[in-house]
Amino acid sequence: MKNRSLEYYKDLIVVLTQKELKVKYKRSFLGYLWSIANPLALALVFFIAFKVVMRIPIENYTLFLITGLFPWQWFSNSVNGSPAVFVGNASLIKKVNFRREVLVIATVLNDMLHFILSIPVIVVFLFIYGMKPSLIWLAGIPVLLILQFIVVFGFSIAISSINLFFRDIERIVFIFTTLMFYLTPIIYSEDMIPHEFRNLILLNPLSTLMISWRNLFMNGTLNFPDIIPCFIYSAILAAIGYFIFRKLNWKFAEVL
Amino acid sequence: MISLQGVSVKYRLIKEKKRSFQAHLINYFKGKRIQIQVLWALRDISLNLNKGESLGIIGHNGAGKSTLLKVVSGVIKPAGGIVKVNGKIAPLIELSAGFDPELTGRENIYLNASILGFSRKEIDKKYDSVVEFSELRDFIDTPLKNYSSGMIARLGFSIATEVDPDILIIDEVLAVGDAWFKEKSKERILEFRKKGVTTLFVSHNMEEIKSLCSKVLWLEHGKIKMLGDPESVISEYGKEVIRFSEA
Repeated sequence: MKNRSLEYYKDLIVVLTQKELKVKYKRSFLGYLWSIANPLALALVFFIAFKVVMRIPIENYTLFLITGLFPWQWFSNSVNGSPAVFVGNASLIKKVNFRREVLVIATVLNDMLHFILSIPVIVVFLFIYGMKPSLIWLAGIPVLLILQFIVVFGFSIAISSINLFFRDIERIVFIFTTLMFYLTPIIYSEDMIPHEFRNLILLNPLSTLMISWRNLFMNGTLNFPDIIPCFIYSAILAAIGYFIFRKLNWKFAEVL
Repeated sequence: MISLQGVSVKYRLIKEKKRSFQAHLINYFKGKRIQIQVLWALRDISLNLNKGESLGIIGHNGAGKSTLLKVVSGVIKPAGGIVKVNGKIAPLIELSAGFDPELTGRENIYLNASILGFSRKEIDKKYDSVVEFSELRDFIDTPLKNYSSGMIARLGFSIATEVDPDILIIDEVLAVGDAWFKEKSKERILEFRKKGVTTLFVSHNMEEIKSLCSKVLWLEHGKIKMLGDPESVISEYGKEVIRFSEA
C-alpha cells in the first residue's frame, strides 16, 4: 500500500481539513468570530498594558499588534494542538495503515485557513488607520504562507510524534510557545531590542517570519534578505521534525 | 495474495504504564531501570492465503488474533519474519475509528473511505451504492452522533465492502447489526469469496466462522495451534473449551 497516488493523498488531506473545519464550526454558531476574537482580545489587552500604561513609542500600535498576533495565533494553535494529533486518532492509527503525517498536515492547514480568513480583519484595521492593502501582497502572502506552513509543520510533526512516548511534552509545549511569544518581536519592534540581544532574538526562526508578515501588511514590503534565513530555518526544522517522525512512526501502533 | 513466513511480533510492556518524564526521573534516581516485560504476541506464524480464500481466526482473548490482523494490514511491523500482502485492504474498523460523530453520514462516508485509501472520484462513483446497501438514505444528512451503534456498524460495513477491496479484514464487527443486516452482510461476504476477495475474519461465533470461512486458524499464546478446514479445527477447539471448563 506504499505506492498510492498523489491524487489520493491530496483528496485525503482535503477531506481531513474539511472535517476539522466543519467540526469546529458545527459546534458553535459563532465559529469564525471566535477564531478572531482571541487575537483581538489579546491585542486589546496588550494595547492597554503597553500603549496606555507603559506608553510604548510605536505608531499605529493596534495595527502593529494584530499584524503580528494573527500569524502568531496560527503558529501557537497548531503547535499547542500538536500533542493531541496522533493521540486523538489512536483508534485509527491502530487499525488502518495510512501515511500518518497527513493528520499533521491537515491540522496545520486548518489553522492556516483560519489565519487566511482573518486577513480581512487586518484589511479593516488598515483602512481605519488610513492605509491600503498593497499589490505586493499577492506575491508576499503566498510566499510567507508556504514558509510558515513548513516551519509549523516541522514543529508539529516532531512534537506530535514525541508526545506518544513522553506525554509530558504537552505541558512543555505550552510553556515553550508562551516563552517564544515574548522572545519574538510581536508586542515590541525589533529595533527596540538592546543591541547585544538583537542577534539572539533574531536567531529565533519565528522572529524573521513575524517581522516579514508585519512589514508586508503594514508597509507593503517583502524584504528578500529577511526571508532567506527563514527559508533555511524552515527547511532545517521540517527536516528535523520529519526525521523524528520517521524514526518513531513504526512504533506508533504499539505505544498508543 | 497474503503470505506470512515465520512472522513474530514482540510487544514491550512497560510495567509503569504512564509514560511521564517524572516517573522516568524518579525511577532513574531510585536506580530502577524501567521494567520491561517482553510479550511475544505472535511467534513464528507462517501461512498462505490465495485470492478468494477466507480465513477465520479463533482463539482465546489475548491469543494474538487482532495482532495478526494488524500485521496483515501493515499497522505494525513484525520483529521477525516476512509479510507479503498484495492488494487494496479494507479493514472494517471498530465503530468509533474513522468516523466523526459531529459529521453527517454523507460526510463520514467520504472521510472513512478516504482514510481507507480511495480518492474522491472513486468514492463519488460508489457513494450511491454505499447508501443503498446501508439502508440509511433517510438519515444520511444526520450527524453520526444521532445514529445507533447498529446504524454506524451498517455504514462501516457498507463502506468497507462497496469500495471494492482485494482484502477485507473483519474484527468482530458483525456482532453489532441486527439479524436482518447480519444476514445481508454474510451474503455479501460469501459473494466476495466468489469474486476473489480474500477475507480475514475474527469472531467468537463458531457458527458464523463455519458458514463464512474456507480455512480456520486457531491461535494460542501467539502460536498456531491448528490450521485447517473449518469443521475439524472448530470441533477440536470445541473439545478444548469443554476440557477447559471441566478442569
